[in-house]
Amino acid sequence: MWMIWPDNVALSALIWFVIAMPFLYAARKPVHQLLRSLSHAFSGPLRLGSHWLLATAKEMQQRNKAVLLAHGQEETGQRVEREFERVAALVTRDLQGYPALQRKLLDEITRIEEDYKKTGEVPPPPPEWVAAVDAMAKVKSSGSEMVQNVLEEINRSVNTIHDKAIADYRRAYESRHKILAGFMPFWRSLDRTMQQVDKKLTGLETSAAQVDAQMQKYEQIAKKSDNAEQTLTHSAFTQFVIALLVMAVAVGGAFINFKLIALPMSEMVGAGDYIAGALRTSEVAALVIIFVEASMGLFLMEALRITHLFPRIANLHEHMRRRMMWIALILLVTLAGIEAALALMRDMLIADKQALVQSLASAQQAAPADPLLARIPTAGQMLLGFILPFALAFVAVPLESLIHSSRTVGGAALVAIVRTLALTLRLIGNVARQLCRVLVTLYDVIIVLPLLVERWVNALRSGAAETGLEAGRRAAKS
Amino acid sequence: MRTRFLLALLPLVAFLASGCGDSRNHAQAVYMLIDTSGTYAQEAGKAQVIINYLLGTLNPGDSLAVARVKSRSFSEKDIVAKVTFDSRPSQANVQKRAFRDKVDAFVKSVSGSAYTDITGGLLQGAEFLNETGAGTKIVIIFSDMQEELDKVTVRDFPISLKNIRVIAVNVVKLKTDNIDPRRYIGRLEAWQKRVESAGATEWRVINDIERLDAIFSKS
Repeated sequence: MWMIWPDNVALSALIWFVIAMPFLYAARKPVHQLLRSLSHAFSGPLRLGSHWLLATAKEMQQRNKAVLLAHGQEETGQRVEREFERVAALVTRDLQGYPALQRKLLDEITRIEEDYKKTGEVPPPPPEWVAAVDAMAKVKSSGSEMVQNVLEEINRSVNTIHDKAIADYRRAYESRHKILAGFMPFWRSLDRTMQQVDKKLTGLETSAAQVDAQMQKYEQIAKKSDNAEQTLTHSAFTQFVIALLVMAVAVGGAFINFKLIALPMSEMVGAGDYIAGALRTSEVAALVIIFVEASMGLFLMEALRITHLFPRIANLHEHMRRRMMWIALILLVTLAGIEAALALMRDMLIADKQALVQSLASAQQAAPADPLLARIPTAGQMLLGFILPFALAFVAVPLESLIHSSRTVGGAALVAIVRTLALTLRLIGNVARQLCRVLVTLYDVIIVLPLLVERWVNALRSGAAETGLEAGRRAAKS
Repeated sequence: MRTRFLLALLPLVAFLASGCGDSRNHAQAVYMLIDTSGTYAQEAGKAQVIINYLLGTLNPGDSLAVARVKSRSFSEKDIVAKVTFDSRPSQANVQKRAFRDKVDAFVKSVSGSAYTDITGGLLQGAEFLNETGAGTKIVIIFSDMQEELDKVTVRDFPISLKNIRVIAVNVVKLKTDNIDPRRYIGRLEAWQKRVESAGATEWRVINDIERLDAIFSKS
C-alpha cells in the first residue's frame, strides 16, 4: 500500500522519508517537548519513589538500631547482674571466713614476734668478780709460796667458773636455736594462709575484670555509639547462623524421629485415613507427637529458666514454677516411653510384613537371622525412640537465639532490600531520562538536512544584517 | 468475641471438611477375573502368583476380590474371595494370610467350564469396584480373551467401565492364533475398542508375569 516503488522497498522508504522530513522539521519543537514531558513523567515518580524508599530505609535502620540497642542493653544488664551475683557468691563463700583467717594470721604473727623476742635474750653477763681476778692478776709474784698457792687456787676456781659460764652460754644458744627451728611450721602455715588469700583475691579480681568489661559494653550501648551497634549486629548475625545450623541438625533429628513413629502410628489411627492431599492421618499424628515433645521441652527449659521466651512462665511463683517443671518433665518422660514402645511396634510390624511377603513369594524362604543380631536393631530403635525426645527438648535454646537474632538479621535484610529497590528505581529513572535525551538528539539527526538549511539561512541572515549594519556605520561616519 | 472466634474457625472447618472425607480417594480396589474355561484352567497356578503379588503390594484400606470366569459370570457366586483390608497394618496382614489360604484352596479345586463369559465378569467387577468407592479401580483379566457364550446368554450391549483401568494378563496365544496372528491382534484390538468405548481410563496387556509392577503404574 505504502510502496511507491513496488519493486524497491529501500527507494520507497527513502521517498517517504524525504516527504516526511519537512513535516518532521515542522514538528521538531512539539516532539522535543513531548519527549521531555515523557521523560519527566516517567523519571519523576521513580525518583520520588526512590527518595521515599531511602527515607523509609533510614527510618527502619533507626528503629532497628533502637531495638538492637535496647535488646543489647537488656542482655548486657542481665550479664552484669549475673556477674555481680557470681561475685556476691564468691565473697559470701570465700571472704565470709576472712575475720577468722585474719585472727589466725595475727595469732601466728604475734607468736612469731614473741619467739623472735625470746631469741633476742642475751646470756647472763660475766660475773663481777672478773674485775677482782684481773686486779689479782696484776699482783707481782715475789716467789712466795703462799702467794703462789693462792694464785693457783684462784686460777683453778676461775677455770671452773669459766667452764660453767661457757656451758651456760652454749645452753642459752641451743635453746634460742630451738626457738628459731620452731618458727618453720608457723612460717609454712603463714605461707599457706597467704596463698589461700591470694587465690581467692585473684578469683575475685577476674570476676571484677569481667564485670568491668560488661560495664564498659553497657556504657557503650547506653551512649548509643556506632561501635556498640556494629558489635551487637555482628553478634546477632553470628548467633543467627549458629542457631540456624543447630536448628537444621534438630530438624534432621526430628525427621529420624518421625520415620521411627509414623508407621506404628498407623496401627493406632489407621493407615488408610488421609487428612489432606497425600498427608496420612498417621503421619500427622506422628508429627503432632514430635511437636508436643518439642513443646514440652520448651516448657521444661522455660521452667528451668534456661530460656526466656514466655515472660509469664518466668514470672511464675517459685513453687508454681517448680511444679510446672516437674509436669513438663513427667510428660516428656511419658512421651519418650511411648516413642520407645512405638519403635518396638515398628520393628514388629516390619518383621510381620516381611514374613508375609516371604510366605507369599514362591522362592524358598530365607534362613532366620541370628536372634541376637535381630535384637540389636530393635534395642537400638527403642533407645533412639527414648533419647530423641530429650534431645529435641534442647531445641528451645537455639530457637530462642534464632528468634532474638532474626529480628536484627531480618531488619538488616529488609533495609538492604529497600535500599536496593531505591537504587534500582533511581537507576531506571536516570536511564529513562538519558534515553529521552538520546531520542531528542536522534530526532535531530533524522532531520539533519532541514536543520543544516536552517543554520545556513540563519548564517546568511546574520551576515546580511552585519553587512547592513557596517554600511550604516560607514554612512554615518562619512 | 465469640463470633470472631467462630469466624476464625471457619477456614479450619472447611479445610477439615474438604480434606478428611477423601480417605477413599487414596484407596485402591482390584477385581481379578480368572478364566477357568477349557484348557486355560491349567494356567491357574500363574494366577496365584499374580494374586500373591497383589497381596504383597496392596495397602491397608485397599480392596481386593478374585472371581472366576465361567459360562455365565455375572453373579456374586463367582466371587472366590473378597476383602477390604483393615486400616491397621497388623490386621491387614492377618486378612491377607486368610485371603491367600482361600485362593490356594480355589486353585487346587478349580475345574474347567464349557463357555467363557468375560463381559459378565467385567460387569460384575465394575459393580464391585464402584461399590468400594476407591480412588483407583482396576480390573485384571487373567484370560486368553477369547469370549465364548452359549446361545441363551446375552452380552452384546454397551457396558459401563467408567474410571476403571482394565488390564489383561497372560493373554496366551491359541492354536488358531499361531496359524494366523491377525486373529490374536484383532481380538485384542476388539477388546481395547470395547473397553475404551465403555469409558475405561486405560487398557493394557501384560503378558510377562515378571512385569507385574505395571499393574499399578499408570501409562
